[in-house]
Amino acid sequence: MANLSEDKSHELGMHTEQLKGRSQQVFFSAAAHENFSQPFAYDVDINKHAEIDAENLATGEINDQLRELMKSGHGSIKILNPGAKHSIAVGILNRLNLVLEGSLGYFGLGLLDGPNVRVTGRVGWSCAENMMSGTVVIEKNAGSTFGAAIRGGDLICRGSVGARTGIDQKGGTILVGGDTGAFSGFMMQRGRLVVLGDAGSNLGDSMYDGTIYVAGKIKSLGVDAVEEPMGELDVAWLQRKLDLYGLTAPNGLANMTKIVSGKQLWNYDNLEPSEKKLVL
Amino acid sequence: MTEKSTRDIDHYLNSDGVDSEREKLIGQTIGYRYDVNLLPDYERLTPYLASYLEYMGWQDLNWLEDVHMGYEENRAAVFDRNINGWVTVPPDIELPDNQQDRDMIARELLVKFQMSADHPLVELRRAYEKFE
Repeated sequence: MANLSEDKSHELGMHTEQLKGRSQQVFFSAAAHENFSQPFAYDVDINKHAEIDAENLATGEINDQLRELMKSGHGSIKILNPGAKHSIAVGILNRLNLVLEGSLGYFGLGLLDGPNVRVTGRVGWSCAENMMSGTVVIEKNAGSTFGAAIRGGDLICRGSVGARTGIDQKGGTILVGGDTGAFSGFMMQRGRLVVLGDAGSNLGDSMYDGTIYVAGKIKSLGVDAVEEPMGELDVAWLQRKLDLYGLTAPNGLANMTKIVSGKQLWNYDNLEPSEKKLVL
Repeated sequence: MTEKSTRDIDHYLNSDGVDSEREKLIGQTIGYRYDVNLLPDYERLTPYLASYLEYMGWQDLNWLEDVHMGYEENRAAVFDRNINGWVTVPPDIELPDNQQDRDMIARELLVKFQMSADHPLVELRRAYEKFE
């Protein structure tokens, strides 16, 4: 572990001792109005448009140009010819309308927090991993680990996706228009995974919490994944969400299969309380 | 519906929440102190949240669908994933008698906290930022 005492972060309060207790500092006003962007986010104008032709650019150059455009206030950006390059358009922390005309390679659109993105082609492994918020729509198919460790937002693939979709999902909604591969929802912790086609083997294996909805056939359920009856709120929420993206459940929403955690694998120890902290 | 979701809504405000034999043995609540799978009732959306969604260009609650009001140390609180900690709800805010309305309050407070210039991430960013 790095020696924090020699780092400037030590002066800011980052010490090596275990966190416990609470801060009495007041960090915000409950009466605050109309401040909708994080202090470090770029202030962009959605009506200010720009394009990047990525054909002869390396990944770093594409991301640099994207950042410069956001910095100068562009809120609607189109990237042409992404050429299935890896790690494009990652770490965007502000609102933005982004269109990628073509396909992406591995780890595209990772760590997003806010933007609305549309990809007209396909995406490779781990698209939108660790996404925090926003919307991502993939018009064609996606590779494995689609939405790995996603924490929030809507991630949609209109086509089919590979294995381990939503592995370690911690929140948000993953919506698959076609089929999903084996071990989808593996170690899912919360959030919602919706599959309008069929699901491969070991669906929801070792899921801790969260909900999986499947419209087609399920090859097999994983360990501790169990079926639960659909409720009115499930149907209403699914109707609303599918309508947003122009998708429909082939056999009707009420006939979808709902999978949740059986909670037989839950295991707690007594260390967790001392790791918690309270603020305000 | 789970056993916990049918409990008195103020259960974790009025008790330590350590109920079962197993929980007493390990000294803490097993599982979340609220239903993490509770889907939002959009009829209860607040005007502030509606303005936030419009600003971001979202047609529903997006990441806020996963935000609920929780309970820590007999106080209402909302979990902020960015600081990995609980933000307590100011005591002068009157809590509604149902979880759906409480969740909307929690979402509104969390947005205000995350957008605040005093959010702890602002200082952390100064220490660790890689980009301007």
